[in-house]
Amino acid sequence: MSLFVNVTLNGLANGMIFAALALALVLIFRATRIVNFAQGAMGMMTTFIASSLLGRGVGYWWAFLAVLVIGFVLGALVERVLIRPLQGKSELNPVIVTIGLLVVLEGLAGTIYGNSSRGFPAAYSQSGLTVGHTKIAFSHFDVFILVAVLVLMTGTLVLFRATSLGLRMRASAFAGEISRLLGVRVGVLLTLGWALAGVAGSLSGLLVAPTSSFGPYFMDLVLVYAFTAAVIGGLESPVGALIGGLITGLSISYVGGYLGSGLQPLGALVLLMVALMARPEGIFARPPARRV
Amino acid sequence: MLEIQGLSVSYGAVDALKSVTLSARPGAITAILGANGAGKTTLLRTISGLVKPRAGAVRFDGDELLGRAAEDIARLGVSHVPEGRGVIAELTVEDNLRLATLWCMGRRERQKAIEATFELFPRLSGFRRRHASTLSGGERQMLVLGRALISRPRLLLLDEPSLGLAPLVTAQLMALLRDHTQGTDLTVVLVEQNARSALSVSQDAVVLNLGEVVMSDEAAVIAADSGLRHHYLGF
Amino acid sequence: MTPPVPSGSWPRAPWVRRLRLPTQPLARHLVLALCGAAILYAVTSSLSPYNDFEVGEIALYVIALAGLSLLTGLNGQISLGHGAFMAVGAYSAALLMTHTHLNLLIELVAAIGAAGLLGLVIGIPATRLKGPYLAGMTLLLALALPPIADKWSTTFGGDQGLTTTVPSAPGSINPEEWLAWIQIVGALITLVLLANLLRSRYGRSFRAVRDDEIAASLAGIHVARTKVIAFVISAACAGLAGAFLGLSTGVVNTGEFPLTLSIQLLAAMVLGGTGTLMGMWWGAVLLVYLPQWSTSLSGDFNLGSGASAYLATIIFGVVLIVVMIAAPTGIQGGLRWAWRRVWSLRSGPGDGTPTVSRHPA
Ligand SMILES: Nc1ncnc2c1ncn2[C@@H]1O[C@H](COP(=O)(O)OP(=O)(O)OP(=O)(O)O)[C@@H](O)[C@H]1O
Ligand SMILES: [Mg+2]
Repeated sequence: MSLFVNVTLNGLANGMIFAALALALVLIFRATRIVNFAQGAMGMMTTFIASSLLGRGVGYWWAFLAVLVIGFVLGALVERVLIRPLQGKSELNPVIVTIGLLVVLEGLAGTIYGNSSRGFPAAYSQSGLTVGHTKIAFSHFDVFILVAVLVLMTGTLVLFRATSLGLRMRASAFAGEISRLLGVRVGVLLTLGWALAGVAGSLSGLLVAPTSSFGPYFMDLVLVYAFTAAVIGGLESPVGALIGGLITGLSISYVGGYLGSGLQPLGALVLLMVALMARPEGIFARPPARRV
Repeated sequence: MLEIQGLSVSYGAVDALKSVTLSARPGAITAILGANGAGKTTLLRTISGLVKPRAGAVRFDGDELLGRAAEDIARLGVSHVPEGRGVIAELTVEDNLRLATLWCMGRRERQKAIEATFELFPRLSGFRRRHASTLSGGERQMLVLGRALISRPRLLLLDEPSLGLAPLVTAQLMALLRDHTQGTDLTVVLVEQNARSALSVSQDAVVLNLGEVVMSDEAAVIAADSGLRHHYLGF
Repeated sequence: MTPPVPSGSWPRAPWVRRLRLPTQPLARHLVLALCGAAILYAVTSSLSPYNDFEVGEIALYVIALAGLSLLTGLNGQISLGHGAFMAVGAYSAALLMTHTHLNLLIELVAAIGAAGLLGLVIGIPATRLKGPYLAGMTLLLALALPPIADKWSTTFGGDQGLTTTVPSAPGSINPEEWLAWIQIVGALITLVLLANLLRSRYGRSFRAVRDDEIAASLAGIHVARTKVIAFVISAACAGLAGAFLGLSTGVVNTGEFPLTLSIQLLAAMVLGGTGTLMGMWWGAVLLVYLPQWSTSLSGDFNLGSGASAYLATIIFGVVLIVVMIAAPTGIQGGLRWAWRRVWSLRSGPGDGTPTVSRHPA
């Protein structure tokens, strides 16, 4: 029983992190129909930058903030330099380019920061909280993960639902050409979407790093889990990303807890295949809009 | 005043427009007529910056439009209602309208303009918060027309607004267009398949065929030319 | 270095016509393969054993790349997980080698079959997926398979892996040359078979499905079946390549099949020329020699010992990005274009406009 509780709690925390990175994938996919396979590696890179900032004596929260800003800039840069030239070409081209970026970033991180995996500090204590007299597998840091991702999700929803910037972003994602005819600077907004995804990706890197073997490849698995989460959520909606993240996080945690951690990626693969077979456009995707 | 000179557009090997020269004056409706594939849609898309031409010039009130981005042309006061009803189906009716005002109005003015549009199309005011995907074809047409007018454009480009509308609704639409144009400085370019109703509402008309201007004159003159009518307009 | 060998040329280049090769595709491909074999025989017997080893590796990568090229370039499906199919082939062959004493041919067939079976499992859901979805699924596959071997380490040998044995060479041939020969023959047979397949009804339906699924199904092509077939063939090629890789390295362990292998395969395929078979020789040369070049390069720049692997990774990534943005037809596409240019200059205007064939990726 206590194994079940702990595995569930662990899955919850991981699920929230997957949701953050899935949100990044969703922000880009809904606007450009591209899955950014380099999103995890970009988060890896910014986390390495955070690590060297911390190594130079910068305070944790300053480094945290700086890296979110760097993620924003990196996202925008990637869109402008690498993705813009691919407009109007086959859908396989951006897949290949983002994969290329993924390995370039991993190679760069490996060259610059070396091979040996180093630790990355957590914002809060990672030892489990005590409820009653038992220690549970949920720490202060896990609470922070929960809060941080919920803030990110709420912020995104408020942006999209309640601001005119969000209205412009939604419009350019749904109907780029019509939006341009209405005076919306669609190009800038697409870049902004990538930049915001960069922030979400950076955040997920900062949240994963303390609990993983922090090295050039530490985001690889997180990316595919986030992809699974995003696909389950329909790849289009932030809420879907959250639900998908939790489903993926919990499933993987159960697989790890009861069958062994080596089977977790396989568990995710099965989950993804089931999700895709059940409904290729995602379980929580909206039915397609009526077009006249 | 919209002035187009020597405009040529090609899609690969297809020449869609061949050195087209025409003009449209403010306070009047200029109908663009012609068979399928004549190049009417291409003409409008080139004016609004969606298609890059091979050669030519497009001037509106002294500003050269060619070479500008579509969103910048829109911000000069050019409203283009594209072929096939460009509502954004995923947004609500009100958000469709709001989107068109974001670049030109403050919060208070925007609210007034939206209310004014709902007064113009009372039918729409009932479903402000409905997704545009749930509207009927005619309701969508009202929405895109309201959306095109809400930013108080100086040049209105309409691509087959009557497509799929009941004759009565088409007549209302044409009347509304006339009311909005007469005695104002709005320039309207109206692309229509339905030549008879377009000629009845417009002051000037241009007949395109295979990318070339066949004739351009006052609407009444063209309507009276039975040879032309027979040959290119089919009535 | 080994020159690219014109064994399975597809589609036929102008010079093929002038040489008056047999017009029947199978016969022509066989003749070309035999010529290739003769050249390679001359090359391998004059090279040192280590170079023979490299030629063999090139040949095995050509097999994997040709399968990938068929999948992506001719059928429009993408795989970021071909390393996983190679792993399945390698482990299947190695398991048979450790537990039984069968003939190498049977072990290779088993490798092909096992990888093809996994291709079937992945290929069936893939029929319903558009590009990015399939990419993500195969990426996950590449990450999901290796840990399985670690989990059942008694069966799969754990970190140590399984050892493989190359059948002893007949006569006085040295073992490296013998292995290189097995691999070259494997590559040539694969290329001939694939080249013929592409000239057949199947090849045409592969391309029809890539260009427009709806039109293809209206034309009576069974779209889902075609896509599954392409996936299975592609996976089977990777399986054979994996078994050969196991023979080359002498051991099969999970460290041989990281995610980067799958991505390097993709990069090599894209660089060689997506959709071509002959271009895969360029890609294979890159796969074999780039790690060496980057080792010497990182030595030149004093980047430290660990950096050379990362440098190779960076170069593969840059290749992917640059080719996709600047030259999506890859080396082979560029060569064809240049060839047509030269040819049209000689034969006067009106012939051979520099159009590059419609590119799917
Ligand atoms: N994107 C495109 N690519 C290639 N050819 C095009 C494209 N758009 C239009 N054309 C061609 O250009 C010509 C003019 O097309 P256009 O859409 O301007 O005609 P139209 O007068 O609006 O016709 P309709 O009354 O049917 O709407 C046609 O021959 C058409 O096939
Ligand atoms: Mg038209």
